[in-house]
Amino acid sequence: MEIFGVPTQALFGQLLIGLINGAFYAMLSLGLAVIFGLLNVINFTHGAQYMMGAFCAWFLLEKWGVGYWWALLLAPLTIGLTGVIIERTMLSRLYKLDHLYGLLLTFGLALIFQGVFTNFYGSSGLPYRLPEEFAGAFNLGFMFLPKYRAWVIVASVLICVSTWFVIERTKLGSYLRAATENPALVQAFGINVPRMITLTYGFGVALAAFAGVMAAPIYQVNPQMGANLIIVVFAVVVIGGMGSIMGAILTGFGLGIVEGLTKVFYPEASNTVIFVVMVLVLLVKPAGLFGKEK
Amino acid sequence: MAIATTSAAEPGPRVMLIATVVMTVALVLAPVLGVYPVFLMKALCFALFACAFNLLIGFGGLLSFGHAMFLGMAGYACAHAAKVWGWPPEAAILFGTGAAAAMGVIVGLLAIRRQGIYFAMITLALAQMVFFFCLQAPFTHGEDGIQSVPRGKLFGVLDLTNTLVMYYVVLAIFLAAFLFIYRIVHSPFGQVLKAIRENEPRAISLGYDAEKYKLLAFILSATLAGLAGATKAIVFQLASLTDVHWTMSGEVVLMTLLGGMGTIFGPVVGAFTIISLENYLSTFGQWVTVITGAIFVVCVLAFRRGIVGELAAWWARRQG
Repeated sequence: MEIFGVPTQALFGQLLIGLINGAFYAMLSLGLAVIFGLLNVINFTHGAQYMMGAFCAWFLLEKWGVGYWWALLLAPLTIGLTGVIIERTMLSRLYKLDHLYGLLLTFGLALIFQGVFTNFYGSSGLPYRLPEEFAGAFNLGFMFLPKYRAWVIVASVLICVSTWFVIERTKLGSYLRAATENPALVQAFGINVPRMITLTYGFGVALAAFAGVMAAPIYQVNPQMGANLIIVVFAVVVIGGMGSIMGAILTGFGLGIVEGLTKVFYPEASNTVIFVVMVLVLLVKPAGLFGKEK
Repeated sequence: MAIATTSAAEPGPRVMLIATVVMTVALVLAPVLGVYPVFLMKALCFALFACAFNLLIGFGGLLSFGHAMFLGMAGYACAHAAKVWGWPPEAAILFGTGAAAAMGVIVGLLAIRRQGIYFAMITLALAQMVFFFCLQAPFTHGEDGIQSVPRGKLFGVLDLTNTLVMYYVVLAIFLAAFLFIYRIVHSPFGQVLKAIRENEPRAISLGYDAEKYKLLAFILSATLAGLAGATKAIVFQLASLTDVHWTMSGEVVLMTLLGGMGTIFGPVVGAFTIISLENYLSTFGQWVTVITGAIFVVCVLAFRRGIVGELAAWWARRQG
C-alpha cells in the first residue's frame, strides 16, 4: 500500500518517530514556558537538566539497581532540587536586571554541567536497559508499535495535560497566573511570591529531568544529548509564542509530526524544517502562533 | 534595565587616544619581542569578531546568540573563492565579507521583528539552521572543512606565506576595523543607536525609525564579523564547522562579557584573555568548557561591567 508514492509502513514509521520527538519538544517547551511565565528567564540549562535527568536514571539503575519506575520519580525530584538551589543562590540575584543576564547565566551553567559530564563519561552514549514490561510491540495491523514508544506518547500527553490543568483550572494555578501578571499585587495579598518563583523553577527543571528519564531507553544517555535539542526547542518556543501553556504543548507535538513527515518526503531538510517554519511564522505572525504581542 | 550601561562612563577622548596608541604600539612590537605571531593573529581575528559583536550588544542592546554564522560562512565563502576559484586573497576576503553582509541583511530583517530574549533565541535558531546547511552542503566538505586554502600574494606583491607579513596584514585589517567601529559609535548614528537602546519608545517618538537603525547596526556587525571570519580562513588556511557551531557564538558572547560590554576596548581585552586561557589550558580537554562556563557565571553574578568596564568605573571614581 502506498500514499503519495511512499510505502505506508515508512510513512507511519516516520510519523511515529515524529510524534515521539514531538512529545519531547512538548515536555521541554512546556517547562521553558512555565519558567519564563513567572521568572522571565529563558532557561538555557534546560537541555543540560534533561541530560542530567537521563544520567540520574542511569546511575540509579547501574549503581544501586533502582529501576525505571522509581527513576521516573526520583530523578525529577533530585534534579528539581538542584534547580531550587540554582534559583535561590544565583538566579534570584538577577531579577532586577535585564532578562538577558538570566539567559547568560543559565548558558554558563549549561556549559559547566555538560563539560563535567563529558569529562567523566566521554561523548559516546551509555545504554539504558529497557524495562522488562516494555519488551515487544503492539501489532496495529498497518504497523508495529513498540510498547515503550506508545508509553512515551501516553505519558507525555498525561504530564502535559495535567500541568495545563493545574495552571489553568486550579486555585494554585490562579495564584501562579496572577503572579505572572502582577507579582507585587499578589505579594500584597499575603502570598509568598518568592517561594512560588523558586518552586516554579524547580518544577520546570523537574519536567526537563522527567523528559530525560523518558528519553534514556530510546536515545542513549549522552552528555551532549540536550545541547542540540535545546536549540530546536527554542525554535519551537518562538513558533508557539510563550503566551499559552496549551500553545507550547500543541506546537511541540505539531512540529514533531512536521519533522517526521519531512523525513519521509524530503529527508535532506529534516534537520532544518523546524527552523524554516520558524522563519515563516516570524514573517507572518512575529508574536508566535499562540503568543500575544506585549 | 539596559544590559550595558558602562559606555556612559567612557573616559575622555584624550585617554582613548593614548590607549589606542599604546595598543597599536604593543601589537606592532609584539612579534619582535618574541610573542608567537600565529597566536597573535588568532587573538586579533577573535578580537575583531568580538568588537563586531559588541557593536550590536553594547551599543544597540541586541544580544545575538548566533554570530558564529557570519564568522563561519564568511570563512567558507573566502576559502572557496581562494581555493576553488583561485582568487587573490584581497578579493577572497572581500567576497567572504560580502557574503556575511548579505546574510546579515536577511537574518537582520527576520530577527529584529522580535526583541530581547526572543531576538537571542531567533538568532541562535537561525545559526543552527546555517550549521546544518554547512554540514550537508557539498562545497563546505562537511566534517573535513575546506583545507589548505592558499594564502597567495596580497595585491600580487606581499607574500602572505611569510608569517610576519601575514601578521602585519591582519594587524592592519584589525586596526582599520577597530577605528571604523570607534567612528560608528561616536557618530550621530551611534548616538541614535544608544538612544534606542536606552529607551526605544522615546526614540521613536522623537522621529527616529528604530527598526531601520537596528537593522543597519545588525548588518554592520554581521559584515565586520564576516571580515574576521574571512581573514581567519586565510590565516589558518582552513574553514571548518567549528566556526559555525553554536559554541562559537557562545564564545564571542563570553569574550565581550568578560572584557566589558559597551566599552570600546573591552572585546579586545576579552578576546586576548580567552584565547590565552584556551592556549594554556588546551591540555585539560573538556575542563576548558567547564572553566568557560564558570567564567560566564562569575561574570554575570559579580562582574557585569567586565575588565575594561571596571577599570573605567575605577577611573571615573578617581576623577571624582
